[in-house]
Amino acid sequence: MIPLEHYLYISAALFSLGVFGVLTRRNAVNVLMSIELIFNSANINLVAFSRFVEGALGGQVFALLVIVIAACEAAVALAIVMSLYRVVKHVNLDDAAELKG
Amino acid sequence: MESLGVAAIFYGTAAFMLASAFYVVLGRNLVHCAFALMGTFFGVAILYVYLGADFLAGAQVVIYVGGVLTLMVFGVMLTNRIYNLNLSSGAIQVVPGALSAGLIFALLVWIIQSVDWGAMDSGDPGPTSESIGRLLVGDYLLPFEIASVLLLIALMGAAMLVRRRRGSS
Repeated sequence: MIPLEHYLYISAALFSLGVFGVLTRRNAVNVLMSIELIFNSANINLVAFSRFVEGALGGQVFALLVIVIAACEAAVALAIVMSLYRVVKHVNLDDAAELKG
Repeated sequence: MESLGVAAIFYGTAAFMLASAFYVVLGRNLVHCAFALMGTFFGVAILYVYLGADFLAGAQVVIYVGGVLTLMVFGVMLTNRIYNLNLSSGAIQVVPGALSAGLIFALLVWIIQSVDWGAMDSGDPGPTSESIGRLLVGDYLLPFEIASVLLLIALMGAAMLVRRRRGSS
């Protein structure tokens, strides 16, 4: 079977890609997509450890809760993006610096 | 021979998933990025199947592909003037971003290699939905209730944020 380390490598690669997306994309919706990549990589780790530890399903329960919270986050963040678009007519994160002191 | 095929499908899925994730963070067209994100979500669901998490794979497809991705596509469509077909997303500070992400990846790989996990494959756990259901209303009752209250709050908050206020616009 596939060893635990390979799941961890895949998850690490997905996490790094998500971090790269968050750091470099300008569009707010695209930054949200990158955040979803990070959530998914964390979930792969949780489920993999739950498989490789004898009789522990807690990791899967936590992954389920992470999915629920990711759904909440997507809904609220997209609502904020809509409000931002209504005010400044674009969703470029660097240009939305009105609150900067 | 059979396990070789299983492993080949696993690594093929992983490569497909990472390629989709690359497109999500590098692609220029936002709608194409959303579709690549769907590929990534399906790939993660297949990884869950390999890990024996059948219920979670189903939840991943239903919630992420059916819910979150639809929200993302709505977000793309509603925040770009629809007659402006150039739905592109620019990139900034590419070199520092790539350096940071590469450093994080190298650090994670170093940690994974240097730790002796001592993990043994505990075998296919069989159907998990019953055990997960018992855990959710047993040991994990408090997180479960907090998650349901959080869902309610997020629903009301999102509706309130996008509501058009009376007297403005």
